[in-house]
Amino acid sequence: MSEALNRRGFLGLAGGLGLAALTGCGSDGASNAAAQPKAGGRLRAVFAGGGAKEVLDPHVQSLFVDIARHKAMFEKLVELGPDLKPLPRLAEKWEPNAQASTWRFTLRDATFHDGQKLTSQDVLYSLARIADPAVPDRVAQSSLASLDLRRCKAIDPRTVELVLTAPNAEFPALLAGIGTHIVRDGFKDPTKPIGTGAFKFVSFEAGRSMVANRFDDYWDGAAKLEELQILSADAEARANALQGGQAEYANEMTATFARTAEAGKTVKIVAAKGATTQAFVMKVDQAPFDNPDVRMAFKLLADRQRLVDVVLAGRGVVGNDLFGKGFQYYPADLPQRERNLEEAKALLKKAGLLNKEVEIFTSDSTAGFVEAATLFAEQVNEAGVKLKVTTGSAQTYAKDLLTKGAIGSHRSGAMPIPQYITDRLLTKSPFNVTHWRQPAFDAAFASAQVLTDETARAAKYGELQKTLRDQGGIIAWGHPDFMVGVSAKVQGVEAAPPNTLDSARFDKVWLA
Amino acid sequence: MRSYAGQRAALAVVQLAVLSILVFVLTALLPGDAADMRFTETLTPEQIAQLRAQLGLDRPALERFTHWFGNVLTGDLGTSLISGGPVLDIVKASVGATLVLTLATLAIVVPLAVALGILMGTRENGRLDRTITSITLALSAIPDFVIAVVLVALFSLKLGWLPATWVGGSLLTNPVLLVLPVAVLLGRTVCLLSRQVRAGTINALHADYVVQARRLGVPRRRLLLRHVLPNAAVPGVQELARTGDTLLGGVLVVEAIFAIPGFATALVDGVETRDVPVVQGLTLVLAVAALLINLGADLVCNRLVPRTELLR
Repeated sequence: MSEALNRRGFLGLAGGLGLAALTGCGSDGASNAAAQPKAGGRLRAVFAGGGAKEVLDPHVQSLFVDIARHKAMFEKLVELGPDLKPLPRLAEKWEPNAQASTWRFTLRDATFHDGQKLTSQDVLYSLARIADPAVPDRVAQSSLASLDLRRCKAIDPRTVELVLTAPNAEFPALLAGIGTHIVRDGFKDPTKPIGTGAFKFVSFEAGRSMVANRFDDYWDGAAKLEELQILSADAEARANALQGGQAEYANEMTATFARTAEAGKTVKIVAAKGATTQAFVMKVDQAPFDNPDVRMAFKLLADRQRLVDVVLAGRGVVGNDLFGKGFQYYPADLPQRERNLEEAKALLKKAGLLNKEVEIFTSDSTAGFVEAATLFAEQVNEAGVKLKVTTGSAQTYAKDLLTKGAIGSHRSGAMPIPQYITDRLLTKSPFNVTHWRQPAFDAAFASAQVLTDETARAAKYGELQKTLRDQGGIIAWGHPDFMVGVSAKVQGVEAAPPNTLDSARFDKVWLA
Repeated sequence: MRSYAGQRAALAVVQLAVLSILVFVLTALLPGDAADMRFTETLTPEQIAQLRAQLGLDRPALERFTHWFGNVLTGDLGTSLISGGPVLDIVKASVGATLVLTLATLAIVVPLAVALGILMGTRENGRLDRTITSITLALSAIPDFVIAVVLVALFSLKLGWLPATWVGGSLLTNPVLLVLPVAVLLGRTVCLLSRQVRAGTINALHADYVVQARRLGVPRRRLLLRHVLPNAAVPGVQELARTGDTLLGGVLVVEAIFAIPGFATALVDGVETRDVPVVQGLTLVLAVAALLINLGADLVCNRLVPRTELLR
């Protein structure tokens, strides 16, 4: 998600070592915060940058820094809670018909920065703008492809009826996805952003900074901060800026930084436990992983706790070969998969794979990929199969993985479990890295998605995930914590998985 | 002189053309193109192909290059594949920081290196000469990023005297931002230059005309400034031009460490996102600058010591 994170990795390492050599540097006297939030002040938040790639258009985004900037100024109809469950935002409530094919959203009494009230027309315009086929990089285009725009209509200024070409009980979650912000009717010039968010646009320079001021008429209570700056910098510069007092908030920090920071007094770490996922992915249609026994053997060979301890420096949670631990619909009742060398050996012997060589294709596109692959290779070698680590180009890795490598490295940020399945595990999914293409699975998922009863839906999703855990190609070994560093005087920063309402949210933040 | 200038200009045009072709070929050899760099996990292969067509990346490489080259001849550096804006805007937005950084470094390096060089040269193999030599050689042996990390750790994080990065800062309101980056860049350049000036000074001091002037009783001060320095400066000025590359390499590292939004940062971003027009435009501007500096150095040398052969 943040491609810029890992570049100049060597320098980053050097910076990290430099930091690690230091202890805390003189407290500025900030004691435990007073309970009363204070208004005023400026907060500078630093995110991994993307240079000229950074955009102001809220419908074109993929970097955390863009997401944070857009979130400050724009809002979505629906947001996601800490468990990735939809929460009302600009829509205060919604109601589907019995088939979950027509949805009525009631809008909140919200005001745009130019003083206009939010209306149904703004919603319809925004959805049409996202769907514009001439602009393929509007990111929510594929997730909202089932919207039948010609039949969507405004019932009254505060009620909008959205019609789907295919029923979908998960539709509200799709409206909370990346790039689904509501803009003003007729919005054309992204350089003049007008939203309903807590901060009003002041200035923007791609690759550097965005400045925004408090919007006093914000419907959810005006922000405490007077000014918000959202800046771009690489990992080592974020660490230095935060420790050197040039920023008050630094996104996406490493375990190394967290250890250093926690030794001092000037910086606090806010960690969302196990918010993201790291996995090895096996292509189920390629030898040797077209054999279910081999897939199971590799799953049984992963020493998950050791991977978490070594690769994530303990800042994470072990995985159970499924995405989204702790999220809505996650089958928490499934037993934890443990390492079982003997059983794995027996399966590998049966498959005739003993003493053979298998290649794992990885890259340093994400922190920990190469380390995890190397450690896993040792764990696999113990069973008598040689796992050889090959490293590809970091910048094209995500795309290359679709076609290259029978087994590779995979990470995912936080998103609702049905969305993960839609994007990655159906026959038509654009990012199906395990080549898991099972018509029966597709059909069962489709029939689950139309169930309006949440419990029934959850039960169906649970069965599908059990199938994935036992037969699929994902070895989800760990869930890294998502860490943010804030200076000691910053209050009100919630530990939240990325892409949820409370992540990179600054309207409730204040400076002590 | 005129024919010399003409030859130099013709050579420069050929050099720029070859460089443009090289840069184009090298960027083309990198895995993936700008459409691939926009890859997200939700874009379908068809949408990527559509993006590629919109960016014109599906056309043959030769056609793309000649199109770009034709535009450059008319003064148009083209459009960024990533931002969609003019490449010239990216050049303008990033040139300031790098220029300030380089000029500030040069403004300190030149007098410092000349003074140190003369000091060392006039005390050849004395204690002072050996001490300065040891220090400058040691500094030049340490990689820039190590010096940077140590300086940041000490002056920014430990003592809190100087800002650790340019993040959230502006040079206009906070010129102190320059201190650490310039200090890092000084390390190697001071060494290289002062060594040249030292060697030039020693050579000049041993030259017959200086020995003769000394015999005639020319005062030492006048001897140094009027006779030794101009001759000693020649290798220094030529070295200064060559220092350009060293300095550029240093600027690349320094901009990365201090998060300085300059030329090198823009270039690295351009390469990483396979934004070929941006990479082409930035290298072209850099190459023109390098050519001008070298030309300038030759002309300065000619002024200092008119007998210097211009065409070697």
